[in-house]
Amino acid sequence: MSDPLVQLTLARLREFVREPEALFWAFFFPIIMTVVLAVAFPGRGAQPVPVGLAAGPDADAIRSALRAARDITLREVQPVNEARALREGEVHLIVVPTRPPTYRFDPSRDESRAARLLVDQALKRAAGRPEPWTAREEPILLPGSRYVDWLIPGLLGMTIMSTGMWGIGFSIVQARLRKILKRLVASPMRKRDYLLAQMIGRLAFLSPEVAIPLAFGALVLGMPVNGSFAAIAIVSLVGAVSFTGLGLLMACRAQTIEAINGILNLTILPMWVLSGVFFPTSNFPGALQPFIHALPLTALNDALRSVILEGATIGAVAGELLILVVWGVVSFLLALRLFRWV
Amino acid sequence: MSFEIRPPAVRCDRLTKRYGDLVAVNGLSLTVDRGECFGLLGPNGAGKTTTIEILEGLLRPDEGDVEVLGLWWRTDADALRQRLGIQLQETRLAEKLTVGETLRLFRAFYDRGRSVEELLRLVELESKRASWVGKLSGGQRQRLAVACALAGAPDLLFLDEPTTGLDPQSRRQLWGVLERFRADGGTIVLTTHYMDEAESLCDRVAVIDHGRIIAQGRPQDLIETLSAPKVVTRHGTLEDVFMALTGRHLRDE
Repeated sequence: MSDPLVQLTLARLREFVREPEALFWAFFFPIIMTVVLAVAFPGRGAQPVPVGLAAGPDADAIRSALRAARDITLREVQPVNEARALREGEVHLIVVPTRPPTYRFDPSRDESRAARLLVDQALKRAAGRPEPWTAREEPILLPGSRYVDWLIPGLLGMTIMSTGMWGIGFSIVQARLRKILKRLVASPMRKRDYLLAQMIGRLAFLSPEVAIPLAFGALVLGMPVNGSFAAIAIVSLVGAVSFTGLGLLMACRAQTIEAINGILNLTILPMWVLSGVFFPTSNFPGALQPFIHALPLTALNDALRSVILEGATIGAVAGELLILVVWGVVSFLLALRLFRWV
Repeated sequence: MSFEIRPPAVRCDRLTKRYGDLVAVNGLSLTVDRGECFGLLGPNGAGKTTTIEILEGLLRPDEGDVEVLGLWWRTDADALRQRLGIQLQETRLAEKLTVGETLRLFRAFYDRGRSVEELLRLVELESKRASWVGKLSGGQRQRLAVACALAGAPDLLFLDEPTTGLDPQSRRQLWGVLERFRADGGTIVLTTHYMDEAESLCDRVAVIDHGRIIAQGRPQDLIETLSAPKVVTRHGTLEDVFMALTGRHLRDE
C-alpha cells in the first residue's frame, strides 16, 4: 500500500512498537496502579473501626466496655500523639475518659461520625441502657459496590487520557525538534494526513490497552462487567479519539520537551483530581459541577462506569459521548489551524 | 521540438526577510536556469539558509517575488511540491525506521517517482535497506536524505549544506549522486561552505554576505577576475575569491 495516510500510520506504529518503554507505560502501568490501589483500599464493610483511648482515672471501665463491643479495635493514645493519630487515620475517634466521656473527632469525616455512633452505643449499653429491640440484619454483598470496582473504570479512563495525550504530545514535539515536521511539509504530504496518522496510530493500541486492565480487574479482582463489550469498546474508542485530538492541540505549538511536559501536566493533573478518577466528583461544591461535567475525562469516566458497572447501553451514555466528540473535533480542527510545522 | 520558452528553474526578485532588527536577506535577486547547478556560498549567518528556504516555500519573504519552474508559491504550492526535491540542513530522520521504510514513506507523498529499489541503488544504500536510520553513518544518513529528496523524481533539487561534516570519501560519493541527477537533466540549487565542492559541482555560484549577493558567476570566471595568487606556481581557487570577498574574520553561528 502506498497511500500516504497508510504509510504515515505505519511509520507511527513502527516507531511505537520499537520503543519498549512506551509499551510498558501503555499496558502495564494501569495494572500496577490497580493492584496498588486495591491493596491500599480493601473492601470497607468488614473492617473494624479503630478508636483511640486517652489516659485517665476512668480509662479502665471504658476500655473493658469498648473491648467487649463488636466492630471496634481499641488503641491506647498518648496525649502527644493524639493529633497525629487522628490525622493519619490510625484512629477515627479518641475517647477521653472523663465523666461523662468526651469524644474527640473530626465531624467532617464519615469514618469519624460512624465511629462516634459505635462508641456511643457501646458505652451506653455498658452503662446499663436497655435495648428496646434488636434488629435482624441481612448482610448483602452487592457485586460492584467495592471501592476497587468503582476505581477500575476511572483508572481506565485515566489511562486512555494519559497515553493518548502523552504519546501524541511527545511524538509530535520530538518530530518538530528533529525538524522531521519541517522536512515533511517540504514534501507534498497533506498536513491533515499527518495528524490523522498520529490519531489512528494511537488508536491501534487501544484494544490491548483497555482489554488488559479490564480483564485483570474482572478475573483477578472480581470486578463485575455488566455492560456489553461492544458498548465498552465504543465508549473507549470515542474517548481515545477525543483525547488524541486534545493531545494534538496541546502539542501544536510546543517547541521543547519541557514545554510539552508543562502543558500536558497542566491539562492532565487537574482532570485526575476533578474528573472522578480516585474519588467521586460529588465531593466538589455544586458551583463547580457544570465545569467538572464539561471536562472530557469526567464524561469518559462517567460513561465507562455506567457501561461497565451498571450495564448501561450506548444510548444511555449518549450525552457523555457527545461531550467527548465535541472536544475531539474542536481540538483537531484547532490543531490543524494552529499547528507549527517549520 | 517545443517552441514555447521554458521559464527558468528559479527566479527571484528583490527578496527581503527580516527577523526583528536583523535583515537576514536584503533585496536579493537571482535566476537559475534549467539544467544548471547553482551554488549559494557565504559565511555563517550570511543568509544562505534563509534564502534557500524562501525558494523552497518554507519561509515567506517580507518583500519580493519567487517564481519556481514557472509557478508561484502563493497559488501553485501543491503542484510545485510534487516537482521539487528538498534536503534540509538539520533534519534528523526518525531513527527507528529502516532505510527502506523511510524511502517508502517519502515515495508515498508523490504522484510519480522512482521505486524504493531505484532510490537505494541511486545513492548506493542497497545493503542498508533493512537497517535502522539510527545505525547509519553520517555519510549514509546524508545520502538517505538526498534519496528522500529524489523520491518524487524532481525537476529541481534544493540542498542545504549537503556534505557538511562528511569525510572526503562520503563527499565524493554524494557528488557522484548529484552528478548523475544532473546528467538526467535535473537542476540543482545548493548551499555549501566548501569551495572545492562549489568549484567541482556548480556551473555558477553566488557569494552571499549580509543577505545580499556580492559576487556571481562561473567559478572559473570569478577565480580569474578576483583571485590574486601570491605564489606563482599555485593556481587561484574559489577559496581565494571567497576570502577576498568576505574577509578573514571569524563568523559565529
